[in-house]
Amino acid sequence: MTRIKSFHAATAMALVVASGAFADTTVTIATVNNGDMIRMQRLAPEFEAQNPDIRLEWVTLEENVLRQRVTQDIAANGGQFDVMTIGTYEVPIWGQQGWLVSLDDMPEVWDADDLLPAIRDGLTIDGALYAAPFYGESSMVMYRTDLMEKAGLEIPDAPSWDFIKQAAAAMTDTDNGTYGICLRGKAGWGENMAFLTAMANSFGARWFDEDWQPELNGPEWTAAVNFYMDLMTQHGPPGASTNGFNENLSLFQQGKCGMWIDATVAASFVTDPDDSTVADTVGFALAPDTGLGRRGNWLWAWSLAVPAGSDATQEAKTFIQWATSKDYTALVAAKEGWANVPPGTRSSLYENPEYQAAAPWADMTLNSINAADPTDPSVKPVPYTGVQFVAIPEFAGIATQVGQEISAALAGQQSVKEALDKAQALTLDEMEAAGY
Amino acid sequence: MARSVTTQRKIINTAVAWTVGLLIFFPILWTILTSFKTEATAIADPPVFLAFDWTLENYATVLERSDYMRFLWNSVIIAGGSTLLGIIIAVPAAWSMAFVPGPRTKDILLWMLSTKMLPAVGVLYPIYLIFIKLGLLDTRTGLVLVLMLMNLPIIVWMLYTYFREIPVEILEAARMDGAGLKEEILYVLTPMAIPGIASTLLLNFILAWNEAFWTLNLTAAKAAPLTAFIASYSSPEGLFYAKLSAASTMAIAPILILGWFSQKQLVSGLTFGAVK
Repeated sequence: MTRIKSFHAATAMALVVASGAFADTTVTIATVNNGDMIRMQRLAPEFEAQNPDIRLEWVTLEENVLRQRVTQDIAANGGQFDVMTIGTYEVPIWGQQGWLVSLDDMPEVWDADDLLPAIRDGLTIDGALYAAPFYGESSMVMYRTDLMEKAGLEIPDAPSWDFIKQAAAAMTDTDNGTYGICLRGKAGWGENMAFLTAMANSFGARWFDEDWQPELNGPEWTAAVNFYMDLMTQHGPPGASTNGFNENLSLFQQGKCGMWIDATVAASFVTDPDDSTVADTVGFALAPDTGLGRRGNWLWAWSLAVPAGSDATQEAKTFIQWATSKDYTALVAAKEGWANVPPGTRSSLYENPEYQAAAPWADMTLNSINAADPTDPSVKPVPYTGVQFVAIPEFAGIATQVGQEISAALAGQQSVKEALDKAQALTLDEMEAAGY
Repeated sequence: MARSVTTQRKIINTAVAWTVGLLIFFPILWTILTSFKTEATAIADPPVFLAFDWTLENYATVLERSDYMRFLWNSVIIAGGSTLLGIIIAVPAAWSMAFVPGPRTKDILLWMLSTKMLPAVGVLYPIYLIFIKLGLLDTRTGLVLVLMLMNLPIIVWMLYTYFREIPVEILEAARMDGAGLKEEILYVLTPMAIPGIASTLLLNFILAWNEAFWTLNLTAAKAAPLTAFIASYSSPEGLFYAKLSAASTMAIAPILILGWFSQKQLVSGLTFGAVK
C-alpha cells in the first residue's frame, strides 16, 4: 500500500515537474551586433536564473538585414520575434500602425521618469511609450588633441562650423597622410544622410515645410551641402564618398583624421588602447553650429519593443524591464566596469560619479543628447519628428536616393546644384506618389 | 623546336592558371589570415600579410558567443535534405525529358530555367505568407523545401545534360532484357550517370550551403544555418573584422574540405561531355 502511495506521489511529482517544464515560455529576441547588445546577450543567463520559466533565444543580424527581417515579420504578423531591437526611426511609424505593444504599464520600479527626456520623447506616440531605450547616442566632434595643439588652436566646447573648417585646414597634412576632417560620404539614409540632415538642421534647413513641400534645393540645404563638400574635398581623405561609420572609425584609429564628427558611441572605440593608435590624444566637443540655435548633432536610441504579434507579451516585457533597468546597468558595471554600461538612456547614470570617472566623454554625450530635440529638430517649424531622419515610412527610400546624388557629387560626378535639384525632384515625385 | 614551344606554352598555361586560381582564392585566403589577427592588426594600414602575432582569440570568442554546432547541423540538414530531395524528384524528370522527349520538352526546360531569372525577392512576400499559414517559418523542413525548389531547375538541367550523353540503345537493350522502368533507372541509367549525379549532388549541396537570401529571411532562432551565423557578426558600429573573419572561416571550412576531397568528381562531372 505504501509502495502504491509512493508510486502515486512520484507520478504526481513527475507530472508537476513535466507540466512545469512545458510551461516554459521562449522569448525570441532579434538584435544587432553592437558591443552593448552582445554584452546583454552574455549577461542574459542572469535573467534566466531569476526567471526560470522564461527561456531566451537570440537572433543577431546585421542592422539592415535586421530592419528588413523585422519589418517583414511585423507587417505579415509572422510572430517570429517577441522582442525587437529597433531604432528611433521605426518606433513612431510602427507605433502609429499599431504594430507595437505599449509599454505604459511598466512597473514603477522601472522608473520611466528617469529616462532622458529627448530619448523618451522620440519613443513616445500620443503620450504612450512604445519602446524602452537600451542605449542612446548623439553625435559629437572627436578630435586629436595633439594635432589641434600643433595647429595652435583651441577648440571651444561648442564650436562653430567656421571653426571646424579653420581647424580642418590647419590640421591637414596630406604629405603625412593626415586629413583635417573625416565625415560620412557613403550613400544611405542611415549613412551620409544621417550626418547631412543633422548638419543641415544647424544651417536652418529642413526636409519639408509645414505643408510637406520638400526644400532640398533651397538656400539652406545648398549652403549646408556646399560647406560639407568644401570641407571634404579640401581637407577630407581621398575616396570619402565610400566612407561610412566603420571606415572613418578605422581611419581615425590609425591617426589619419584630425577630427571626426560621428556617433557618441565611437568615443569608447577611439579611446581604447587595444584598437586605437591615438587612444591617449582624443578630445571631444559638441557638434558644430552656425549660431542659428540648432547644433548639427543627431539623436538615436536602439530600443527594445514588443511586436503586436508576439504570443509572449508579458514575458517579453519582463525581459525588457530587466534589460533596460538601473539594475542591469549596475550588473554591467559590476561585471565589466562602468565604462561598459549602455549609455545615453537614463539621467541617473550621468549623476553617478563612478560613471563620470570611468567615461570622460559622459558629459559631452549627455549634452549632445540634450541638445537634440526630435520634436523640433530645425530652426524653422517642421511637420515631422526626427532629428537626422523624418519619421515617415517613405523617408528611408527617399533619403537613400538623395544620399546617392550627394555621394555622386562628392565623387566629382556632378555639381552640388545638380545633385540637389535631382534630390528635390525625386523627393517631390515620391511624396506626391505617397499622397502628401 | 616544337618541343620547346610546347614546354614554353605549358609554363605559360601553368602560370596563368596559378595566377587566376590565386586571384580567385585570395579573398578566402585573406579572410582566413584575418581570422588569426587582432582587431587592430585586421585594419592595419598598410595591411599585414603574414608577419603578425597569430592569435586564436577570435575563434575562442566566436565559439563562446554562438552555438556553432547548432548552426552547422542546421546547414548540413538543410543543404543535404534539399539536395537529396531535389535529386529524387529530378532523376525521373530528367530521364523522361532525355529519353522520352515530347514536342514541348525544350519549352518545359526553358520554362524551368526561366524561373531562375526572377529575382528571389520578387516572391519573398508570398512565400513568407504561405510559410506563416503552414507553420513553416523558422523550420528546417520549410527551408529544405524552398531550397529544393530553388535549385530544382539547375538539378534537372544538369541531369538532363548528362543523361543525353548516354546512348539510348543501352536502355533499349536493358528493356529487351526485361528491365522495367524502375530497374532501367536504378540499375542501368543511374550507375552510368554516377559521375554526373555526383557532381550535381556536390554542386547543389554547395549552392544550398551558401544560400543566404532564403536562409536569412525564413529563419529566426531555431533553423538558422551558418549563413545566419556569419551575418550575426557583421556590425554597423564597430570594427569586428577579425571576429567576422573567424566566423566566416568556420562557416566555409566544412564546404572547403568537402570541395577539396571531391574536386576530382566535381571537375569530371562538370566537364562531362565537354570534349567530344
